[in-house]
Amino acid sequence: MSEQRRSVAIHVPVLTRVEGEGALDLRIDNGEIVQLRLRIFEPPRFFEKFLEGRSYTEIPDMVARICGICPVAYQATAAQALERLFGVELSPWARAMRRVFYCGEWIQSHSLHIHLLAAPDFFGCSSVIELARIAPEEVRRGLRIQALGNELMDLFGARSVHPVGIRVGGFHGAPSVERIGDIREKLRAALPEAEALIRWAAGIAVPQDDQAFVCVAMRHPLDYAIECGDIGASDGLHIGAAAYDEHFAERHEAHSTALFSSYRQQPYLVGPLARLNLNHARLPARIKALLAATGLVLPSRNLFHSLLARAVEILLALHEALRLLDGYRVPDSPWVPVTPRAGVAAGCTEAPRGLLWHRYEMDADGCVVSARIVPPTSQNQARIEEDLRRSLLDFGLDQPDEALRLHCEKVIRNYDPCISCATHFLRMTVERT
Amino acid sequence: MRAPTRPRVAVHKFSSCDGCQLAFLNLGEDLLALAERVELVHFAEAGPLDPDAEVDLAFVEGSVSTPADLERIQRIRRHSRMLIAIGACATAGGIQALRNGADGAQWIAQIYGRPDAVASLERSTPISSHVAVDFELWGCPVSGPQILAVVNSLLLGAAPRDDADKVCTECKRRNFACVMVSRGIPCMGPVTRAGCGALCPGLGRDCYGCYGPAENANTDALAAQFGRQGLDPPAIARRFRSINSQAPAFLAAADKARMKRDE
Repeated sequence: MSEQRRSVAIHVPVLTRVEGEGALDLRIDNGEIVQLRLRIFEPPRFFEKFLEGRSYTEIPDMVARICGICPVAYQATAAQALERLFGVELSPWARAMRRVFYCGEWIQSHSLHIHLLAAPDFFGCSSVIELARIAPEEVRRGLRIQALGNELMDLFGARSVHPVGIRVGGFHGAPSVERIGDIREKLRAALPEAEALIRWAAGIAVPQDDQAFVCVAMRHPLDYAIECGDIGASDGLHIGAAAYDEHFAERHEAHSTALFSSYRQQPYLVGPLARLNLNHARLPARIKALLAATGLVLPSRNLFHSLLARAVEILLALHEALRLLDGYRVPDSPWVPVTPRAGVAAGCTEAPRGLLWHRYEMDADGCVVSARIVPPTSQNQARIEEDLRRSLLDFGLDQPDEALRLHCEKVIRNYDPCISCATHFLRMTVERT
Repeated sequence: MRAPTRPRVAVHKFSSCDGCQLAFLNLGEDLLALAERVELVHFAEAGPLDPDAEVDLAFVEGSVSTPADLERIQRIRRHSRMLIAIGACATAGGIQALRNGADGAQWIAQIYGRPDAVASLERSTPISSHVAVDFELWGCPVSGPQILAVVNSLLLGAAPRDDADKVCTECKRRNFACVMVSRGIPCMGPVTRAGCGALCPGLGRDCYGCYGPAENANTDALAAQFGRQGLDPPAIARRFRSINSQAPAFLAAADKARMKRDE
């Protein structure tokens, strides 16, 4: 009895290896979870407010600053929404290069997450520096792939953090044929490395933790959706970006500065595993075969397969970049002229961490009247809480506090939450009574 | 002679996009090499965690924007022999400083359903507004080579090089045609600090000032030039009110343009 009524409070000041500031409140009474809240206290940065009054020409450079890890996602989504409103038809070159540019971000962000943030968990290491001591070749391979993603972003954006290449209507500049030739060599050389990465990722032992949840991801009739497509869900929903608001709701909980999203009043999953579950039929045959050989059965209901899903998407992104750069020519102009008009437009793309949705109301001069941005992490926030609740029960609430904390962190890292602003504080308080 | 212990280094983060920490995380093999040369005692995003450890070098990303930040930056200063502010947020308050002067409470109410639960200061401010800063590395974002250059200088006991010259000088060095002269594009290069390598003019577009003001920036002359190129006073003010809006030279230039509008 005294054991049951024991009251324990743990302060774990920081959750490491996530992008952002958050805390977890966990209260266990008599062997039951009575409170579980993921608190994100990213300082509010008010992007939606200070975009008001800004010209469409400034938006890509401003929204990039929301996230240093996935700036292309923000730039491409904003540009897509505004191009839709202004009735701009991108040139085939610009359309293809948007996807290539975006592939660079997937490669960079996924490799960073796999090697620097997530993998150390599965090898009992606290950082990539420790991991490099026991798996030096694998870590070096990961860092090389990450660097290649950055290089691909540099080509079109001149730098990979807050790149400066995208403009509404296309790109500011086009890389030379020589530079594209060089990167193609490197992309080709990386294919076997990415294949080895998939085999390595598939070989990492993960907990069996099947859960039921709705997956939401963009869908495209031909391609594995990245930079364009409609929004789909595993329950059959299929809508355009403009209808997002009719199906998805956001609410603010006092314990977080990220808004919580829900779909039919339920949490849902966005991100690599949601995409792979919905879109694996769109993978190139070679990747499908490789994936089948790993034994992964899709759709997967185990979030611990997220790391493998990221590895698969790295290979996909390399394939896509190579395919689209085949026969590359410098266009007459990398952009088409744009004439702004008043109205409302929505846009969406698949950021590395999942669906990213923007909505802009613009005036006749092309200045923002109002803006709304729904990032992937706020969409996943309710799902993370639900997952923690279920996986902690499976894991066993009687485990020592330190083991509980480590398991929570591991679960949270599956989602690669990009809280993108602030210090990565996860203060976890466990109270047991 | 080798120093008996490796220098101890911390990387701290305040309100920001994480992009300047990426200058470390994107170093690739150099990150592993750096981890051998220094002891990374605190760098939450990379794993090591010890925010209150005594360190030789503390890199600080982000701006001070919440009540808790005020106390935390003092603690970091007390525990750090040298404190280096990296990036536009840490040196000028960042893009989120665009809220300074706006009605912050009203903004919170418009975005968040439970405004009472959101802790935020009225203003987003640079690190130097709160504690002594030993070196500022400007840029949004700072780059890996810039960071490594600072680390290398400090490890050798030398003062890091502070390049406060203008982006124009980088264009000249790289032989880029001037976008303002040759294409009539209003460019912030003449008043913006060098360090990026003139990336934007290299793509044929305007510099938008993400490295902050250069030394002796003649913002009056540039604002007049923007006017001749057809920008109206609000548009001129917006050019200065962007990534580094609270840097004194840009703040003054934006205010002047606004006063012109009100005349």
